[in-house]
Amino acid sequence: MKINLKVWRQKNNKAKGELKDYKVDHVSPDMSFLEMFDVLNEDLITKGDDPIAFDHDCREGICGSCSMHINGRPHGPLAGVTTCQLHMRSFKDGDTIVVEPWRAGAFPVNKDLSVDRSAFDRIIAAGGFISVNTGNAQDANNLPIGKEAADEAFMSAACIGCGACVAACKNASAMLFVSAKVSQLSLLPQGQPEAKMRVMAMVNQMDAEGFGSCTNTGACSAECPKGIDLSNIARMNREFFSANLTGK
Amino acid sequence: MNWISTFLKSSIGKKLLMGLTGLFLCTFLIVHLSGNLQLLKHDGGLAFNTYAVFMTTNPLIKFVSYGLYAIILFHAFWGLYLVMENKKARPVQYASYNGNANSNWSSRWMGVLGTIILAFLILHMWNFWAQYKFGTTPYTQYERNLATGKVTFSPFTGEIAGKMEKFVDTERNVEITQVKDLYAIVADGFKAWWLVIIYVISMAALSFHLVHGFSSAFQTLGVNHKKYNALIKNIGVWLFGIIIPILFAIMPIYFLLLN
Ligand code: HEM
Ligand code: SF4
Ligand code: FES
Repeated sequence: MKINLKVWRQKNNKAKGELKDYKVDHVSPDMSFLEMFDVLNEDLITKGDDPIAFDHDCREGICGSCSMHINGRPHGPLAGVTTCQLHMRSFKDGDTIVVEPWRAGAFPVNKDLSVDRSAFDRIIAAGGFISVNTGNAQDANNLPIGKEAADEAFMSAACIGCGACVAACKNASAMLFVSAKVSQLSLLPQGQPEAKMRVMAMVNQMDAEGFGSCTNTGACSAECPKGIDLSNIARMNREFFSANLTGK
Repeated sequence: MNWISTFLKSSIGKKLLMGLTGLFLCTFLIVHLSGNLQLLKHDGGLAFNTYAVFMTTNPLIKFVSYGLYAIILFHAFWGLYLVMENKKARPVQYASYNGNANSNWSSRWMGVLGTIILAFLILHMWNFWAQYKFGTTPYTQYERNLATGKVTFSPFTGEIAGKMEKFVDTERNVEITQVKDLYAIVADGFKAWWLVIIYVISMAALSFHLVHGFSSAFQTLGVNHKKYNALIKNIGVWLFGIIIPILFAIMPIYFLLLN
């Protein structure tokens, strides 16, 4: 396959960026989207050009680092996958593909397609944890947890912090991410003692980072590679209301 | 009460105000529609004009209507403020953004749809509310035969104290109502085809606003449960998105065709 690319190039956070045209020949339909970028980068390095910076780590859809906005959608045209799980067979020979970084004030561009998602880390640090004493792990069945609650918490915990929800949202809102992180803990007994404090702290940090508010368009959930459900956002809203009404 | 202002300044608190005011406006639409449907009664406007007097003189209703004006203005300006704030959250736009792939058109255009509704509301208040209150509204005398229920009417040129006088002429066995004739203003206004078109387009904007807005407000309030989601969505789409806007739109079209 021959693929035409328009890729966002930006030297650093301060520099002005632009879309640049690239041609990649000899693309195999079985390559992943990132492998196609590897081929292009080899080419650029051979020519003595600056390779395109992009984030990646696991290349199997679990680390959430491969942020690419492909033809107007986070992680490209398929539902339920990350960029590393997208293959070139999803495109046609001769296609032109536009690749941009996540766009959000709270995710400044590091370089090219790589953005700084430490805002998410600061939200987690604000309250996305439970405080337990270290020591031996306690017996797994010490705390009875209903199967339904366990499953629901597990579904929320599937969030890999990729930021596609922010990238897709017209308001660059982080509500889906934050609500998944709030939910995975508040659905379980271990999360209860700090539940009120947690939701307040995480929402405050989310606002302080400059993410937008929620218009309930549902774009986040539709683009989430892990299918995190909008009911998480409703749950976080409920918890935020009750924490404000009854919390300290 | 510091926590209240902190809460209302948070992104979720700000949105709660949109949801609550939006749902209040939805209930207002039902009241407004059921009153206005009396325009379609074939009684020369007797029922509608009597209703208009009630709505503009009853102290409780007057109180509620000032609250309503405040809530509409609050909802509109708060909504536009949120739209602008949310724009700032993405300072650099995408060169390519395929919103249709992941969300409904109406959900992404709430601000524009709302602005059309706001412009319509200003026009609408000017057309009828201002004319009724400040304009030279004619009076009409209705005579309802108490035996047959038949209503006849004719222009009334005499002087009465308020907006309406109602009494029974026992000799002729008719109930006489002399009333400020808002119906005539409505019927006259909708002779203009362009005004009818503006009204119909505005109702389309209302429809799209509520196809998303009604169910969105429940999500904002935290009401999202498998048992009720389909019901809420259906009420939003069918009642608020289709039936109510169509019934509103029928009225101007009816008067245009009547002429
Ligand atoms: C009768 C008239 C109106 C009704 C019944 C109505 C109803 C609603 C409802 C139910 C919502 C959803 C709230 C939520 O998602 O929690 C909403 C949202 C919204 N409305 Fe209205 N509305 C009306 C008029 C207006 C006007 C005049 C404007 C603006 C000029 C406006 C602007 C907005 C905006 C921008 C939103 C989205 C806010 C956001 O999610 O960020 N609306 N409306
Ligand atoms: S909610 Fe989904 S889209 Fe958002 S960060 Fe988590 S996995 Fe990514
Ligand atoms: S590289 Fe880890 S999810 Fe794509």
